[in-house]
Parts: sequence; structure tokens; C-alpha cells
Amino acid sequence: MPKDNRIKKVLVIGSGPIVIGQAAEFDYAGTQACRSLKDEGVEVVLVNSNPATIMTDKRIADAVYIEPLTVPVLEQIIRKEKPDSILPTLGGQAGLNLGMELAESGFLEAHGCRLIGTTPETIKRAEDRLAFKLAMEKIHEPVAASLVVENVEDGIAFSNRIGYPVVLRPAYTLGGSGGGIAHNEEQLIEILSNGLRLSRVGQVLVERCIAGWKEIEYEVMRDSIGNVITVCNMENIDPVGVHTGDSIVVAPSQTLGDKEYQMLRTAALNIITELKITGGCNVQFALHPESFEYCVIEVNPRVSRSSALASKATGYPIAKVAAKIALGYTLDEIPNAITGKTFASFEPMLDYCVVKFPRLPFDKFIQAKRTLTTQMKATGEVMAICSNFEGGLMKAIRSLEQHVDSLIYEDYSTKTVEEIVEMLKRVDDRRIFVIAEAIRKKIPYEVIHDITKIDVWFIDKIAILVEMEQALASKPLTRELLAEAKRIEFPDCVIARLTGRSEKEIRTLREDWGITAAFKMVDTCAAEFAATTPYYYSVFDGEDEAKETSGKLYFEPLTPEDVENIVRLEKPDGAVVQFGGQTAIKLTEALMKMGVPILGTSAADVDAAEDRELFDKILEQCCIPRPAGHTVFTCQEALDAAHQLGYPVLVRPSYVLGGQGMQIAINDDDITQFIGIINRIAQEHPILVDKYLQGKEIEVDAVCDGEDILIPGIMEHIERAGIHSGDSISVYPAQSITPKVKRVLVEYTRRLARALHVKGLINIQFIVANEEVYVIEVNPRSSRTVPYISKVTGIPIVDLAAEVIIGKTIRELGYEPGLQRESDYIAIKMPVFSFEKLRGADIALGPEMKSTGECLGIAKTFNEALYKAFLGAGIQLPKHRKMIITVKDADKVEIVDIARRFEAIGYEIYSTRGTARYLNEHGVHAMRVNKLEQDSPNLLDLILGHQIDLVIDTPNQGALKSHDGFVIRRNAIETGVNVLTSTDTAAALITSLENRDEHFTLVDIATIEPVPHASV
Amino acid sequence: MKAFLILEDGHVFTGTGFGSDREIISEIVFNTSMTGYLEVLTDPSYAGQAVVMTYPLIGNYGICRQDMESLRAWPDGYIVRELSRIPSNFRSEDTIQHFLEEQDIPGIAGIDTRALTKILREKGTMNGMITRREDFVLEDVIAQLKQYTPTGVVRKVTCNEKYVLPGEGYRVALMDFGAKKNIARSLNERGCEVTVYPAYTSAEEIIASHPDGIMLSNGPGDPKECVEIIQELKKLYATEIPIFAICLGHQLMALANGCDTHKMKYGHRGGNHPVKDLMTGRTYISSQNHGYVVDTRQLDPAVAVPAFVNVNDGTNEGLSYVGKNIFTVQFHPEACPGPQDSSYLFDRFLEMMKQ
Repeated sequence: MPKDNRIKKVLVIGSGPIVIGQAAEFDYAGTQACRSLKDEGVEVVLVNSNPATIMTDKRIADAVYIEPLTVPVLEQIIRKEKPDSILPTLGGQAGLNLGMELAESGFLEAHGCRLIGTTPETIKRAEDRLAFKLAMEKIHEPVAASLVVENVEDGIAFSNRIGYPVVLRPAYTLGGSGGGIAHNEEQLIEILSNGLRLSRVGQVLVERCIAGWKEIEYEVMRDSIGNVITVCNMENIDPVGVHTGDSIVVAPSQTLGDKEYQMLRTAALNIITELKITGGCNVQFALHPESFEYCVIEVNPRVSRSSALASKATGYPIAKVAAKIALGYTLDEIPNAITGKTFASFEPMLDYCVVKFPRLPFDKFIQAKRTLTTQMKATGEVMAICSNFEGGLMKAIRSLEQHVDSLIYEDYSTKTVEEIVEMLKRVDDRRIFVIAEAIRKKIPYEVIHDITKIDVWFIDKIAILVEMEQALASKPLTRELLAEAKRIEFPDCVIARLTGRSEKEIRTLREDWGITAAFKMVDTCAAEFAATTPYYYSVFDGEDEAKETSGKLYFEPLTPEDVENIVRLEKPDGAVVQFGGQTAIKLTEALMKMGVPILGTSAADVDAAEDRELFDKILEQCCIPRPAGHTVFTCQEALDAAHQLGYPVLVRPSYVLGGQGMQIAINDDDITQFIGIINRIAQEHPILVDKYLQGKEIEVDAVCDGEDILIPGIMEHIERAGIHSGDSISVYPAQSITPKVKRVLVEYTRRLARALHVKGLINIQFIVANEEVYVIEVNPRSSRTVPYISKVTGIPIVDLAAEVIIGKTIRELGYEPGLQRESDYIAIKMPVFSFEKLRGADIALGPEMKSTGECLGIAKTFNEALYKAFLGAGIQLPKHRKMIITVKDADKVEIVDIARRFEAIGYEIYSTRGTARYLNEHGVHAMRVNKLEQDSPNLLDLILGHQIDLVIDTPNQGALKSHDGFVIRRNAIETGVNVLTSTDTAAALITSLENRDEHFTLVDIATIEPVPHASV
Repeated sequence: MKAFLILEDGHVFTGTGFGSDREIISEIVFNTSMTGYLEVLTDPSYAGQAVVMTYPLIGNYGICRQDMESLRAWPDGYIVRELSRIPSNFRSEDTIQHFLEEQDIPGIAGIDTRALTKILREKGTMNGMITRREDFVLEDVIAQLKQYTPTGVVRKVTCNEKYVLPGEGYRVALMDFGAKKNIARSLNERGCEVTVYPAYTSAEEIIASHPDGIMLSNGPGDPKECVEIIQELKKLYATEIPIFAICLGHQLMALANGCDTHKMKYGHRGGNHPVKDLMTGRTYISSQNHGYVVDTRQLDPAVAVPAFVNVNDGTNEGLSYVGKNIFTVQFHPEACPGPQDSSYLFDRFLEMMKQ
């Protein structure tokens, strides 16, 4: 069936800020789909509140709105742009919900617009628990015994009938948030009441527990005439009970025979047919490990994290094909771009094995509970491809960048067999390493399987890796042994450690024996057809097929050895590292050793920016002040430094990402504790101890061509120094700095860029205290703020940097150097957190970054931009107009005005004794409530009573952090209450609420052009 | 145990031998299915061929004899990248290693099956030898390989005597050219009584048994070799008995009606081939295993019209005979291994018998 010609203009809904359960996979899918629509001559209007996305690039869509993803905003966009269709299946659960609300309210029909790619009925039948159950019953697809409840009492009654344990799944939530397994009534009440609150429709499914069954997923597609195909199936190594986003997943399934494989495939196709889905769909099954019994767990009628994985695992572009289907094409009409010969109506055949490994954030949230449940906790994932499973697993592990490169993780060797057996019972992110230790301790496969329910096939694969560790450690390193170790992807560094040789020796041996990596294609068809646009993965057991074509993609771990394998083959003239964040910067030294020149800023200058002593020298030469500080290795040195500088001091490791391990210490105990934490991992580089200055934080991104600099704009943080820049609200253009300070900032940027011989991008963070400008950090690379500043100023600084790297000058590129004229718009970047998903994590902000994503508020005025930014971050106030304020003594003066303003817009304020007394003394009415340990009603009762909109709780730094504050913040977050831990953020929020205006001015980013001429 | 795979074009792959230690010469073909290795091994259509599995991990779920598509394994040899050290599945009764030993089939593991597949794709299906002899003389082996042609494979795989699979419904005569069990099972499940006849049964005997329908099965080899069978099919065509044919059966019926068949460069073997039902416009993913194809250029539209076409390469995948209750497909609606999407064709056959 050809394209539906009624479709001329499509609104695509993006997925918003990155939170746990909804991440960059949606940008990948959305971008692919937008391109696919544009290829068909369709006009694309895009809306997404997340500026750090490719889809919000003006090249991707015809009109781009970086606006809050709410119904009123979307309605306004529809009124303005008048699209004839909306594609809601690319924006994850959030996008689907919005599309559904717009359709159900009748707004779409009234505005001559309709949903494409799905229908409200399809969404409802897939997402609404009861409707879904009825649909499955109709086609005889089994689901676990379950009941949708809207109150706790019904949940208790049903659970008593089907027996514990039961699984709880709130309807319409992201990443299973609010769900869990209850083993008894007490747990049921806790999880269920929380889930009822989090569900958009106040419904939770109580279900027979099928934990321990195999979890199998199918990615299926269907077109409008009913053609159906399977893109890929996947097997979760972690059985049902661990969210698939937190599971180690392998594609295709490994332990299913054709009978099981086809049984579930047919079921998945029956389901997509019954739900009349047009596009892609993910179906999750639980398969009994010892029978053919199975249950449908859930269906996602849209692109998802799994579909992104399936796309990359197979080469089949699910989002692109889904977009074409939405336009009316059928699967047999859509060409397969990889082969150029076949069509979308076929099923990819893999001739390799794909392993996905979740990236769990417990190294950052060290207090968070590491237990893995049906609620997702991973903030990201890695994928590896190899011709064997062991190799895929090894590649995935070293891709995690978690200081682990094999199955040897924390040292469990001193544990007893009994202790290891106990540890196997803990379902957390270390389980696979514990299984390896269990095998080392000769605990039988059956025992491991009985506890973990992980299939013996996978346990045996782990055993093969453990046996290789043992062979390398005990046997002579023959050519056969080395070849086998490489076949299952032991990196040279691990082989070196196990054999007691140097990494260089291992590499030399490999070269002498001809054991080198070869690259194989991902071609969708297991080599049945010639491929034209494949991508590659490495193996050590085959011949190379990466021919001399340019523009190749290698799907490989980012370690020096893996990169070197590619370098050997490609012999590049240079490498660009400045666009790959800290991960790529860390490869600089290794690339230099391989003889690959670094294009742009040189390796030596990158090092100068990162190495404290070299950097201090440069600052000295440039006459730029920085907060006083020292480099230390030991705790004693750190204490000495702190005493010399005077508390408070900032303690952090060098060469880190996101301020990891950075803390503010206010006394000796803090120093001892923090140095201890940092030194748990052996540090190659010194630890930095700096004087902590509480001033205004300013951030600048600039392009330098070696001579001139171009600064698109200056950004100012709302929160004072001490909160990581990624967690701060950032305002462009800076609102409160004087022209004099501005001139100093530009001058310092120029001096630093020149001194560091920057060619390309540089990011500098400053503190302004008493009109003095200090440099606190320099990153000779692209930064988190680059997308935001480029989009709001219309200056494509990444393109400029790329041109500069290959030799162009800023003037040649048509730009006047210096600070560019301010845009007509104010843009405010708001951090977005996922704290409710991470049980036990402290939400108090500090020097270590904790946010998972961001959104942008853009408008002509500061107040509107600020309101949009808060709204985009999901803060929709006021609701109940009740709030809690408890602040540390240092903040009491400042909080009075903030509290008064909240009171003025109608808020009732509750405070604990100290804050309440202070507020009342200063003319703000605050009701006193008891602290936690005191009698009810206390703070906790208030929070759990679901009447509180907001908690302002500013914790003391360092070890003085009270346990009470932590409990309050956690409970508030888990009950869905907004919590602010800085008075600066609170002041910004009240400003935005005071200036609330439901009618927004919409800004089409695609129309923003740079303001001509430099002003400085 | 070191083993070698030597191809007609001079390529030599070194791997590890498993299964039987016999030396074999056979036609080397590749199959892209990711599951169903036992069904592939026991599909009689692979008689006279050695099969390369493109999926690299084979044997993961062991051997469940219930899944065998015939009483034994048929390929001359079996070529894989890696065999699983242990099988894991609740139904597994045996390891693939032991099964192939028992079936006396030589195998070779540890070779770059992707590189091998690319050779077969680019140069076409060719003969090869699996041997454990380290002292082979390449030129001699190549000469030997070039001479080799497999013949008489249908005679090898068909049953010796007819037998009946009882049922209460329609009575179907199934011509066994190397039938996979699931053809009879699919009919049985739909209530049919299935009488399985040896391939060389005369048309007269079948007609005399007054079946409600005739099912022509899949099978191995070059269809044009089956001269006697084609003669009998002409007689069956002349009756009014509804006929449904799969794979070799489809090719033989076409040959009986003036069509030609030719050998494909490397055939279709796997579970992901899209076929379009020209009657409904719908596309189905099908299980396939064929190296020959019906050439529709000589097709007389008064005799038969294409019913299915392969979406990838446009080759014929099925014929509908004009004015006749005869319907034939190149692919495998009985699946096993592979997708069950076209099993509705057995229902269509039942509809044909109803009329």
C-alpha cells in the first residue's frame, strides 16, 4: 500500500529529560524517525523539552520546540503549527500518554489532527491493565493471575486468595516505578500504597509471582494491512524478578529450542495482531524453565529501550520502519537499507551473539540500595557483539567503565563457601561476579542455579571464563592458550595480570603468533546477502572483512586495546577526542602511544588542563587566580592541606567525570572519610584539596582556532558554588554579572584557550566572589552545556569546532571572534533527577553530580523561561498549597523572605522547632511539627498524608548531615513530593510560581539565527 | 581432533572434528536458522548435502528426540562454528555431539562459518570434503570434488511401505518424497487420516484408494531426476482429487505441467524468507529449504498462475492450477524449524477437500 497522501505535516513528540527508564534510546529512535519522515517529503514539527538531543537539532525537523511536555503546551503548538498528524510512539511512555490525552479529550479531532502509528484504542488495550487482560483472554494468550486494584484492601484480599509472593505493577508509570514484589502483607501495604499514588490512573496490578521464570522478549512489527514480522528475540540472563532494564540480556535467545522460540514468536505476533498495532512493539514473556507454560508479562506498543537494543543488535532500523508504516507503507514495500536488496518484511538472522549489560549507578549513589527488583535502576547500558557468548560478556564488562575488566571484581577470595552461598541470594549488580567466585570455589552449578534461577547454560559460560583465568594463572602460556583466551575476549591487561607478565609482553607475543583482532559485519542476514552499509565488531576467530571503505562504525569497548585493534586496521591520520566527553579524553595518552596524532587540542595540552601542577603553572603565567589548593595522595597530606587552607575545603580525585567522589569537607573527620572512599579504588592521579569559595558560578563554552576565540554566550548558575554544575539551574545569558566581570571572563577565557593551544572546544567554570573572578575548572573538550548554548544562540559551535580542527579559522567561517551578541531569548537549563527510583540514595545536592537529565525553558523573559524550565522538569505547583521548611542555621536568614513569598501565594508552612521559631519571630506564620523520633503527628506523618507539595530541607555539609534530614528527604521523594536542598533553588522556584502564566510564547528553535557582530 | 573442510574452489578450513570420523564428500549448503538444529539435521531434504549453520552457537539446548522430523539425521556432514559444552533445556535427552556420533555423521567445528557462507554466497553452492586426514593432496581432492554429483536421493529417503496415521476426518494420501513428520502431524491435528505412500507408488494405486486429497511432500535433490514420479503426477493431475504440494512436490507438479526448474546459486535455507500471497497481498515469513526453483517463464497461464512470490528475489514460491483443485508452495508451511505463519495453508487444503 503506498503512502497515505493525507499526511503532510507531522508533530513528533520526544521523550523529554533523561530519567531512569527513559534515556537516550528515544533520541536515537526519534531522530531516525524524523529523518525517515523528512525523506518522504513530510513536514516535521518536533517537540521535546530535552535540549541535549540530536532530534532537537534544526537539521532534523522543520520546526523544533524545546518546550515542556504538557498537554496545554502541546495544544498550543498544535494550534500554531496545525499539523494533520501526531506520531506519539517515539517519545516513550511519556509521549504515548500525551498523545492519548490529546486524543481522548477530543482536542485532536476538533483541530483536524489525528494520531498516526497507533490509535487511542490500541494504547488503551496495551497499557490499561484490565483492557489488556481482556484482550489476552480473547486470543487465549495466558497472563499471570492478576487483579487491578484501586485500593489497598482489595489488594490484600486478592493476595490472600492467590498467595504470596505477589508482584505489584502500577499502571502508566515509567520503568516500572513504584512496583515491586511483596512477600507478606506488610510489604504489600507499603508497595501498593506507594504504587497507587504514582500511577497516573490510580491503579495497580496485583499479580501471581512468576519470579524465577525465564524472561524472554520479542520485538515485533506490524503494518496497516496486517503483515507481521519479528525483528529479534532476547533472553534475560537474570530471570523474571529483575527489571529487563537492569538485566544482563543476550540476543538472540540461547537456551530456547525451536519449539519454545516459535511458540513465543507466534504468541507475540498474535498479540500485535489483536492489538492492531501499526509499527513496532515489544512483548515480554515469562517462560517456565521446565515446561512450555508461559505468561505474557507486558506489551509496549511503541519504540522502547528494548527496540533500540534490538535495532543495534540486528541492524534492523525499527524506528525508521515504524515511521514509514505510520505513513501507510507496508513492510514489503520498505527497502532494507543495509542490504539494499531485501525488504523490511524479513526477519534478521544473527551470526553472532549480543550481550547487553546494565550500567547501574551505585558507584555514584553509594548509599542507594543495590538490590535489583522489578523497578529499574540502571542509568545506562552497554552492548557488545562477539561470535561467542563469553566474548560478548567480557567485552560488555570492560565497556562499563566501572574499573572492572574481567569477572574478577571485588576480592571475594577470602570469603567462605557459606558466605558466597549467602551472597548468591542477594540479587544485586554484583551477582555475576559472585557467581564467578562460586565457580572458583567449586560450588556446583545446581546449587548456583537453585539460588539464582539463572540457566545452567549461562553458568557454564561463566565457568569457561573462570577456567581460563585459572589456566592463565597456572599453565604455560602457549600459543593455543593465548589464542583461546583472546577468542573469549580476555583483554591483554587481564592476561598480563594473570600470567605475571607485562601487557607489552602479551602484545608482542600476540603479534609474533599472529593472534590479532579481525572485524566482522553486522548485516541483518547472516551473510546471506551482500551488505552495503553494515557496521563492525571484532573477533579473534575469523578473517577480516572490514574493507577499505570510509565512514565505518565499529561497535567496540572504549579501552586502549580495543581502540588499538581498530587503529591497526584503519591507520588513521588522526583521532578526535574532544567530542567524546571524559571517556574519549581518557584515551588521549593511549592514542599518542599508538602514534595517532590527536586532532585539535594536543594531548600535552589536554594533560596540562587535567594535571594540577601543570595547570597551576599555566594559571600563574596567565595571571589568573584560582582558589588555593594542593595535590595530595595520603590522608595525612590531605589533613595538612586542609589545615593550611582552612575549612571548608573541596576534596576530589583528578580526571573524573561528573564530579565523582567530590565532597565539601568542614572538618578532619570529613577528610578522613572522603579520602578513604576515594582511595578504595587505586588512584593513578593525585587527589585535589582546594579552598572552597562560596560565590556565583559561571560557565563558558568557547571555540578557539589557536589564535582567536568565539564565545557564544555566558551562563550563570542559580545555585552558588558547591553544587555540581550539572545539577545547577543554569541561565543564559548571565543575569547578574557586571560588564566588568564579563570583560574579565572573556579575557580569562582567551588567555586560557591560547595558553592551552586549544583547537576546538573548551569549557571553563568560574567562581565570581566579590567581583573577583576565579577559575575552578577547565575542560579542553565539548561539555554538557554545548547543545544548550548552540541551540539557544543559533551558533553551531560543534560544526565550528570541527572545521577549526581541520584548519579553518573562526574568521574564515564567517564569525567575528569574541563574545557574541546576546540572543533575544533567555534559556534556562534545569536538572532532572531520578531519585525516586534509587532507594536509599541521598538526594541532597553537592559537588558530585546526581542528575540524570535536563530540560530547557526558553522564552523572551527570565520569569517565563524559569517557569517553563520547572514545568519541563515535572514540577507542577501549586496543588495542595502545603509545604515543609527545615533549614540549617546558616540558611535561616535567607529562608525568611522565601517563606514569606510562599505564604503570600497561599502556602501553609510546617517546620520543626528551630526553623518554626525563627520564621515566626520574623513574621512568617509557620506551624510547628514534631521531628521524626517524636510522637505523631510528626514530619513523616505529614509527608505520608499526601498533602504536601514541597519540602525545602537544606542539609549540613559533610559528616554533620543528620540522619533525620535524610529520612525526611527520602520519604518525601518516594511519596512523590518535590524536595529542594538549596535556598537558591527555592528562591528561583517561588519566583517562577509568582509569575505563573499558563499561556506561553512558543519558540521555534529552527528559526533562531545568530545575532550578527561581536559585542566585545 | 583436527579436521579439514576442503572446498571445490581450493579453500581449506581447519577445525576440530566431531561426530563420525568418516571422510565424506558432499554438496555444501548453508542454513541461517538460529534455532532448530535438530529439525534441520533430521529433515530428509538435506540428504546428499552437508549443512553449514550460520548461527555460531549450536547444541545449546541439547537433543530432544521428539523434535526429530524423521527417524534419523540425513546430512552427509555438519559444519558449525562452536558446539555448546553442555546442553541446557528441560527436555534435553542427549548432547548434539553424542547424537551425531550415534548417527555416524561427521562434523567439523571451530571454523569461520561466516567466511565460508560468504564464499558459498559469492561463488554458489559447491562440493566439499570433510576429512581428518592431514596428508591430503589438495589437487587430488579438488579433482575428486569436481566429479562428484549426488543422485538417487529421493529413493534413499522415502519410506519402504505405506502406513496409516489414523484420523476421523478427511482421508489424505501423502506422497513421501522425504517428508518431514510435521506435514503428516499438521494434517493429523486437523483430524485427517493420513496414509503415507512411498515416493514410487503408482498413481493408479493412489487413485484406487479414493483419497479426499493428495499431499505431495518435500524432498531432496534435483527434481528433474524424478522422471518416473513426474509421470505419475501427470495422472494425478488429470483426476479431480484436491492436491496440495510442498517444496519438491511443488517442483515436481510444475515439471509435470510443462514448467522448467533450475538450480539456484545458493538456494534458500532458513526461517526468515518473506513470501507474498498474491491472492491476499499479505506477506508471510516462511521456513525454507530448497536449492532448485520453478522457472515461471514457461508457465502457461491457462495451466497455472503464480500464487506466492519471494519478496527478496522475486522467485516463484507457489502455484495455483487453473480450473483445478491443486495448490502448491515452494516453502514449508509445516515449519519445524521456523515460523508457523503459513500453517493456515493446511486449513486451505482442508477447505479444498470440503468442496
